Amino acid sequence: MTLAVSTAGLTKRFRGGQVAVDHVDLAVPRGSVYGFLGPNGSGKTTTIRMLLGLALPTSGQAELLGVPMPAGAVQVLPRVGALIEGPACYPFLNGRDNLARVDAADRTADPRTAARRIDEALDRVGLLAAAGKRYRNYSLGMKQRLAIAAALLTPRDLIVLDEPTNGLDPQGTREVRALIREIAADGITVFVSSHLLAEVEQVCSHVGVMRTGRLVFQGPLDELRHTGAARIRVETTDPAAAAAVLRELGLPDPQVTETEVSAQLGHVAAEKICADLVHAGVGVRGLAVISPSLEELFVGLTGEGFDVDG
Amino acid sequence: MADTVVAGPAGAAPDATAGPGAGTAPGAARAWFRFFRSELRQVFCRRRNVILLAVVALFPILIGVGLRLASHPHRGGGGNDGGLAFVTELTGNGIFLSFIALSILLTLVMPVAVAVIAGDSIAGEAGYGALRYLLAVPAGRVRLLGVKYASIVVFALAVTFEVAAVALVVGVILFPIGPVTLLSGTTVSLAEGILRLFFVALYVSAAMAALGAIGLAFSTLTEHAIGAIAALAIFVVASEVCDQVPQFAVIQPYLPTHWWPMFDALLRVPIDSGTLLKGLLSFAVYLVLAALFAWARFTTADVTS
Repeated sequence: MTLAVSTAGLTKRFRGGQVAVDHVDLAVPRGSVYGFLGPNGSGKTTTIRMLLGLALPTSGQAELLGVPMPAGAVQVLPRVGALIEGPACYPFLNGRDNLARVDAADRTADPRTAARRIDEALDRVGLLAAAGKRYRNYSLGMKQRLAIAAALLTPRDLIVLDEPTNGLDPQGTREVRALIREIAADGITVFVSSHLLAEVEQVCSHVGVMRTGRLVFQGPLDELRHTGAARIRVETTDPAAAAAVLRELGLPDPQVTETEVSAQLGHVAAEKICADLVHAGVGVRGLAVISPSLEELFVGLTGEGFDVDG
Repeated sequence: MADTVVAGPAGAAPDATAGPGAGTAPGAARAWFRFFRSELRQVFCRRRNVILLAVVALFPILIGVGLRLASHPHRGGGGNDGGLAFVTELTGNGIFLSFIALSILLTLVMPVAVAVIAGDSIAGEAGYGALRYLLAVPAGRVRLLGVKYASIVVFALAVTFEVAAVALVVGVILFPIGPVTLLSGTTVSLAEGILRLFFVALYVSAAMAALGAIGLAFSTLTEHAIGAIAALAIFVVASEVCDQVPQFAVIQPYLPTHWWPMFDALLRVPIDSGTLLKGLLSFAVYLVLAALFAWARFTTADVTS
């Protein structure tokens, strides 16, 4: 059992006939930080709701930590902490009482250690000083952190964070990222969804990309990086000669301008290209390997705009 | 409860804080009471609900003072006092203020108070978004319904006994007190009168608890607490209106509110147990139907709030 989350053909069709999640096969390795990416409306939250037993799949199976959901909810959910579609607490209670409420609902939580665990969770997200403040007076960042504290109340094997950086300022985003790193360092699998790749790419080991309800990519982050074809770009005084060398090496899609030549790198090492250019007597001013940014790859996978092909 | 508790699932990380014996029956019961206590705190410590209870307590005082002022000697204590039950008896014995207050407030004030708590129960959680977090804990859907309903029943008891007790105190202050002459003309001791008042309050609490079950069922249908609260209040008024229309005589015994005021059966010698049992049966039927509806709805609905 090496998967923290696995689904097979997970599908959710709403009553109106709209398919929100379409045969999604997730495979989240244990110990990974899995970025679940996709534009708004691509089915991420609906998938998470099905994983946590809040919504029933129309078809397909889901397992958390090897336990089928929703049948095994009572057994497995105590080991899963979750932030689901933004924080939601009782506005009339303070931070500490909100956590106490959540803890009281957990039949596996030990009431004798509740006070200590609540303070530890608050401390971990930096809210101990604001514990006595009413939730309605919290800033959005504090609310978000309180919800994460609730997910950390008891020892977990898996933390699900749905859009944890949504609406946060850069400072708050950085704090959440640091928190994710800390959680992952404890060996806990983190499943974090976001519509912004840039916000999670620094912490993720794996990604899954959703587009209109379908999982269009899944794998280690490096693999996603390599799906984009890298190009070599040669700055030269003699573009024609340089182009000839590149063509001779069989590099696809060569493009020539007045001062530079570029082509797809393929499997040819950049060092070899450099050596061949020098051998051919081409004056090289600059040589660069250009990989498409993850953001570009991500946009390529998910489409340009919001729900453009919904 | 339909949910079963499984402790220490295979492959669980060493878990120092998962309570020892979390899977045993006493552990599950303890955990249930912990959740129930949390829910009671939520209901009875929330400022809105405290104010609600305080406002309800004002009514018996107003009624008592009003009837005291209206019963001045030169206006005569006897005869027909606006058709209100027990008013002729009140001038002779303050304990009757409790029965008057219950029969007046039973028509709308107490049902609305119960509606606020019952309508808010699930819909309120959904409205805050806290419902998805409770279910992801996992609180357990059936377990959550059970805890919610148990706290509604406690609130129904609290409202009813509050009205009865405040009215009794006001009645003792403003009116004479002594042996109680019942509706059947028999006179019993004050102690027995108060005992009968206690049973009247239990009967009325049962009526309010049945109403609370209907409110819980309404509450599972929406994420807007105010919608469920208003729906339940309208439901009560509609039933009471139908109960007043003579042409509906055939269906009146089946109306949810029909048996509410029948607590005067306890104020006769012998007690009219037939009427009481029919009333309690009506409450039980509505409770079971509403609970089944709430269960069927809540255990299958997707939580999208």
